[in-house]
Amino acid sequence: MIVPLAAGGLALLGAIVVCMVRLSIGPTAADRAVALDTINTLVVAAMVLFGAAFDLVVLLDVALVYALLSYVGTLYIARYLEGGLP
Amino acid sequence: MSVLIYVFLAIGALFNLLGAVALLRFPDVYTRIHGATKCTTFGSIFSVLAVAVYGIARGGGEGGTMAIRAFLALVFLLLTNPTGSHALARAAHRSGIKPFRAVVDRLEEAGKEGR
Amino acid sequence: MRRLAERTTTGVLVFALYLLFSAFTGPWGVWAPDELLAGGVLALVVGWVAGPLVWERGGWRLLSPQRWALFLVYLVGPFLYAMAKANLDVAWRVITGRIQPGIVRFNPELATDFGRTFLANSITLTPGTLTLDVDDATGDFFVHWINVTDPSPSADAVCGPFPAWARRIAE
Repeated sequence: MIVPLAAGGLALLGAIVVCMVRLSIGPTAADRAVALDTINTLVVAAMVLFGAAFDLVVLLDVALVYALLSYVGTLYIARYLEGGLP
Repeated sequence: MSVLIYVFLAIGALFNLLGAVALLRFPDVYTRIHGATKCTTFGSIFSVLAVAVYGIARGGGEGGTMAIRAFLALVFLLLTNPTGSHALARAAHRSGIKPFRAVVDRLEEAGKEGR
Repeated sequence: MRRLAERTTTGVLVFALYLLFSAFTGPWGVWAPDELLAGGVLALVVGWVAGPLVWERGGWRLLSPQRWALFLVYLVGPFLYAMAKANLDVAWRVITGRIQPGIVRFNPELATDFGRTFLANSITLTPGTLTLDVDDATGDFFVHWINVTDPSPSADAVCGPFPAWARRIAE
């Protein structure tokens, strides 16, 4: 069962590379923030898949914490774009 | 069981790649949020579900831990992703980005009426 | 007395969540004693500090098991179906590039905060519709719609059966 799970993770890594193109060329700051949010979701899924593929339960814990922290980061960036931060 | 895992992994990879392509193809921030955030949420749900099924099929202490952690990651994704994309979209609209070729923009009209 | 009940309920919920986190850590596939101790201390502290904040806006009625059963039915039934259908639709639009976007306004007639949050999250999770803002006073939703067929639609035209379910589960 290692090969299909790792292959799924590799497909997600390919998707992350495609998102990084938008992250670097995005015309406005909001575009970059959306690309970063997408990358965060993909990283969580990829971590879960690799953790299952290589028998590392620690990676699943890291994925949980990463999901919560990236959410806080996205909200903070949104507040900044809105102009709510001094 | 393993057929179910293959199907879930295939759906997950397909929709995640579609979301990434949508991020490149669509013309403005709002449609990019539609394509990217939602498609990747759907795809990630299925990827994580595949791991949960794998953990249940494996059984024992380690498989159970894996299944529960994967299930919790799924719940967090379902709870946090819509809120995050909603906050980003509202911030984009408040910072003055116009929707591309919009048929109507009721939020702009409501703002002009003076809320 | 009410404060004590609030704090106790929050503490019990936090402890249950901690048990879910740390399952299968002990020697026989159950919880290890030190995990139970850490969870108990954390539940006491969090329950005491955050208890009065959690139930501030009348959250008590959300504890009824009937609502949770309805929520599960909603999650695996109509919601999953609508989400899959909308995902395929948006996937087709990604490939062909045929879009007609716009921001529409409608009123689903929900009164409580939790009902509005529930509906807004459901709308945002289905691709093709994205909640931009909610007017607190009137309850109007501003939704970015990827395929506008009608510039001033009814609530049913945008999000189907979601408002009825939100009223049933959260109000």
